[in-house]
Amino acid sequence: MSEFFHSVTLDRDLCHGCINCVKRCPTEAIRVRDGKAKILSDRCIDCGECIRVCPHHAKKPIFDPLSVMDQYEYTVALPAPSLYGQFNNLDDVEIILRALIDMGFDDIFEVSRAAELVSDATRKMLSEGQLPRPVISSACPAVVRLIRVRFPDLIRHILPLQAPVEVAARLAKKEAMERTGLPEEKIGCIFISPCAAKVTAVKMPLGTRKSAIDAVVAIRDVYPKMLNFMKEESPAGEEYLSSGRMGIGWGSSGGESAALLNDRYLAADGIENVIRVLEDLEDEKLSSVDFVELNACAGGCVGGVLTVENPYIAKAKLKRVRKYLPVSCNRVGDGIPRQMKFDTEIRYEPVLQLDGDITVALKKLGQIEQISHMFSGLDCAACGAPSCKALAEDVVRGYNTPDACVFLLKDKMKSLANSIAELEGKIPDTFKEDGQD
Amino acid sequence: MSQTISFHYDVPGDDFTRAGEASGSVKKALKKVGLAPDIIRNVAIAMYEGEINMVIHAGGGQIDVDIDPDAVRMVLKDQGPGIKDISLAMQEGWSTAPDDVRSLGFGAGMGLPNMKKYTDEMEIESTVGVGTTVTMTVFTHPREEAVS
Repeated sequence: MSEFFHSVTLDRDLCHGCINCVKRCPTEAIRVRDGKAKILSDRCIDCGECIRVCPHHAKKPIFDPLSVMDQYEYTVALPAPSLYGQFNNLDDVEIILRALIDMGFDDIFEVSRAAELVSDATRKMLSEGQLPRPVISSACPAVVRLIRVRFPDLIRHILPLQAPVEVAARLAKKEAMERTGLPEEKIGCIFISPCAAKVTAVKMPLGTRKSAIDAVVAIRDVYPKMLNFMKEESPAGEEYLSSGRMGIGWGSSGGESAALLNDRYLAADGIENVIRVLEDLEDEKLSSVDFVELNACAGGCVGGVLTVENPYIAKAKLKRVRKYLPVSCNRVGDGIPRQMKFDTEIRYEPVLQLDGDITVALKKLGQIEQISHMFSGLDCAACGAPSCKALAEDVVRGYNTPDACVFLLKDKMKSLANSIAELEGKIPDTFKEDGQD
Repeated sequence: MSQTISFHYDVPGDDFTRAGEASGSVKKALKKVGLAPDIIRNVAIAMYEGEINMVIHAGGGQIDVDIDPDAVRMVLKDQGPGIKDISLAMQEGWSTAPDDVRSLGFGAGMGLPNMKKYTDEMEIESTVGVGTTVTMTVFTHPREEAVS
């Protein structure tokens, strides 16, 4: 597998080579080459903006089909809290969870249950005061990847705890093994996800060597199937709901922060806003907050590209569905279990660096400045790069030539045309046709 | 042969929305050069403080930044009112910022002290009624290494 796996793929037949995704990519990771969008793999953070913005639906998220359930003898569904915000007129989460069982899952481990454990552990770690302030949430995989490539100085601020879904998978697997006596590989922990970045987080995890999540299916695939199984009247039977308002609140922006019971927090959502906050954090402009919750998608996880409902409507529905639940149902106890903590370090990936040698990098920086002045400054992106500056950098890195600029090309054609006209005027009289002056 | 890259910025006065543009752009360039994260932070914070100072006190000014493999040098020049007592201005918490600026969260009297704290060398030249020039240097590697 290549060093950078990504959860987005291109349908070449559908791609028109337009520049919508190129312009919107927050890390300038897309170029149009040979008429098709191409992702610069080392820069992509899996935020999903290109999937959202592509008018031709050529950018597609990668996830597992529902049939992945058949590969396991015993399956545990890990529903994301954002799933609960997708349905109309719903007051009882139990209806959703029972529908998952009726669909064929053998058991359920709510991600919101693990989220409450992560919240409790975070509260403990914050009160111990060992972590550099402000602490940045580690839950959004796109944000963690963004920090890794663009904000090296902030890596030490990332909360060193696994994201709730990872904690859920680890605990679910252990419980299922004890209950069924089956070996690990016959148990499938399947995440019902709002988000394609989680697919990357499973295949190329940060903060751990191996993820316990076996498959990631999309809320938008599960949703229509579930509707058939959702019924109001409840047969007396097993109850699956095991989390409260705090855990379910994680499904939208601000939920993780609210669960810390500490007012000194900031919650930002939407990738551009996240970048703005990270820039300010880097410059130490935020001294009055202890915790920073950042979600790449607008609205938080309910805004993920694999969801069905408008994120803000989903947020309102999430509020309704958790209204009568207890505040929280899960605590970590005295110590924080080892399997909740990061077991590998997150390391800086200097993908934006022009060269490993500072002197060479400086020289290249100078060339970029020089070359970018050759261009119109219109940032039209017709060359396939998001801006004139990005094209200048591509030229210096050897990925393109200045001729990719249509304005330079036009100037060249004009001067060529002028030269031809000028030369024509110099044709000696002896060669002129009869009747010409 | 030493390689130096220079940037020039004109900082408009009284426009808080644009304060930070110059330091943000230098920060971006330094990440491309690949300087150590803590060095980049020091430059970004010191330069941002200086930039904000220009906006609050001096009605804008000019910033020149020279980057070479050994150091980042910043010269911030304004034609503002000047600083009467530089040693007083260097004290933490001392501020002449007007109230309307303080209510925006600026003017805590940490500008100059922070600029000194985050740089390896800092010089202030100021003449009342003429203007102020602040020169700051951040070395790209620990001093011992640079000397040897």
